[in-house]
Amino acid sequence: MTNIPKISLKGLHKEFGKKVVLDSLDLDVMPGESMVIIGGSGSGKSVMLKCILGLLHPERGSIKVDGEETVNLRGNGRKNLQKKFGMLFQGGALFDSIPVWENVAFGLLAENKVTRTQAKEIAVENLRRVGLSPDVAELSPAELSGGMQKRVGLARAIAIKPEIIFFDEPTTGLDPIMADVINELIVERVKEMGVTALTITHDMSSVRKIADKVAMIYKGNIIWTGPRSDIDHSGNAYVEQFIHGKAEGPIQMEILKA
Amino acid sequence: MNFLAVIGRITFSFLQAAGRLGVFAATSLSHMFSPPFYMRSLIKQMMTIGYYSLPVVGLTALFTGAALALNIYEGGSRFNAESALPSIVVIGIVRELGPVLCGLIVAGRVSASMAAELGTMRVTEQIDAMATLSTDPYKYLIAPRIIATTLMMPFMLVIVADVVGVMGGFLIATGKLNFNAGNYMSLTMDFLEATDVYASLTKAAVFGFFISLMGCYHGFYSRGGAQGVGISTTNAVVSACMLILLSNYIVTELFFAS
Ligand SMILES: Nc1ncnc2c1ncn2[C@@H]1O[C@H](COP(=O)(O)OP(=O)(O)OP(=O)(O)O)[C@@H](O)[C@H]1O
Ligand SMILES: [Mg+2]
Repeated sequence: MTNIPKISLKGLHKEFGKKVVLDSLDLDVMPGESMVIIGGSGSGKSVMLKCILGLLHPERGSIKVDGEETVNLRGNGRKNLQKKFGMLFQGGALFDSIPVWENVAFGLLAENKVTRTQAKEIAVENLRRVGLSPDVAELSPAELSGGMQKRVGLARAIAIKPEIIFFDEPTTGLDPIMADVINELIVERVKEMGVTALTITHDMSSVRKIADKVAMIYKGNIIWTGPRSDIDHSGNAYVEQFIHGKAEGPIQMEILKA
Repeated sequence: MNFLAVIGRITFSFLQAAGRLGVFAATSLSHMFSPPFYMRSLIKQMMTIGYYSLPVVGLTALFTGAALALNIYEGGSRFNAESALPSIVVIGIVRELGPVLCGLIVAGRVSASMAAELGTMRVTEQIDAMATLSTDPYKYLIAPRIIATTLMMPFMLVIVADVVGVMGGFLIATGKLNFNAGNYMSLTMDFLEATDVYASLTKAAVFGFFISLMGCYHGFYSRGGAQGVGISTTNAVVSACMLILLSNYIVTELFFAS
């Protein structure tokens, strides 16, 4: 094991107008580790992922991937960095103008390294890995259920063989059984490919299944990190309140203040 | 005091929007001329924009030509100038009505659908997802749309509008107003000059560029869910129509003012 974190965030600051979303946030994710971020709605979890992916530009702070600063990367440097990442978006974000298999093979076709026939074979293989049959390949994303869309999103994220995968709320909106199936798929794929994973979730059963390490984000800051085994006796009032889902506690929901 | 502040704010946001549009247009242009080129997307766009607009463009031109012929005949008869009908119809259609009406119709059809499609892709994070899959949205989404519209307007739609518009006049003149068919055609051809055709095609290309630029720009910068997409769609059509009418005057001035 090396000591260089796969991803290292230092003093990350992002605001939209006057609204501060990330307030000098620090986080390290080690290679091969599965880190899970928990935190309330609107606490800046998705924004943090988008900053790492270069989809949003932070006002201040540093984002290092494999020890190299990435905040000001443009052009080819940014393009090469993108290849390290796979992302399962919160809403799926499947391209609805093309069939499922082209969605899965999109990254491969973009690189122009495979023919369309080969791409389709690879797509079908990746669909099989997330438990979808080959006849799904020809459907349009709009014809799939929410759970199937999540699985296609997962297949699309792993098809490009990334070194780092982000899962943004992979189980939200699914029934408990389907959620467990997705969790299991994530664990299997992550172990099989030996990737570094960063998962965002509200779902405690997901946390217990996927996480090596857990971090809690609150008001744009990481307020607690620790191994999965520690979450039940973290000694942190915020974490306690969150994992037990209580209305009373130090975390005041925005609605109460308004 | 307050009044000045309002003026200042409006001026500032106008300059900001103009600057952002300028940057968008420049970025789009630079991506149109550098590889990779997505031929499949380009051909698909050419079909939807060019071929599928033909019926509505053809009908518009046919009825406009017919109505123009009736009007000119009736108006001309007040000072015994009915015989000028063929030449006025061909000049009116080719220089002005063919490109402008075709532009406005296509603006309604094409910039609206571009803004709605790209806007939906923006708010459902499909554009973000594309960027994480080694694909530049400017190249994959914007460049094919602008190239296709700028080519299909002059080389398919406006040629058809011009020919069908003149035919509309011809059918009314020969069928209803007792013009001799051969005579009408030769008067038409004698009067038409190459400059008229160049002006028509130049207008068509300029309009096509603005139609697609407005559709893509407003769609690409959509925000705020379904309502935001609705607003972008309206803005795209209105701004495309305004730019068509404005640039129509400028191109006419450049070609024909002496
Ligand atoms: N593009 C944007 N423009 C303005 N504000 C934004 C934008 N994206 C996010 N925000 C704001 O940033 C805050 C954090 O958003 P984010 O999507 O990161 O929340 P989250 O932690 O992922 O919540 P959830 O669990 O509900 O997905 C929200 O209050 C949101 O209003
Ligand atoms: Mg989120």
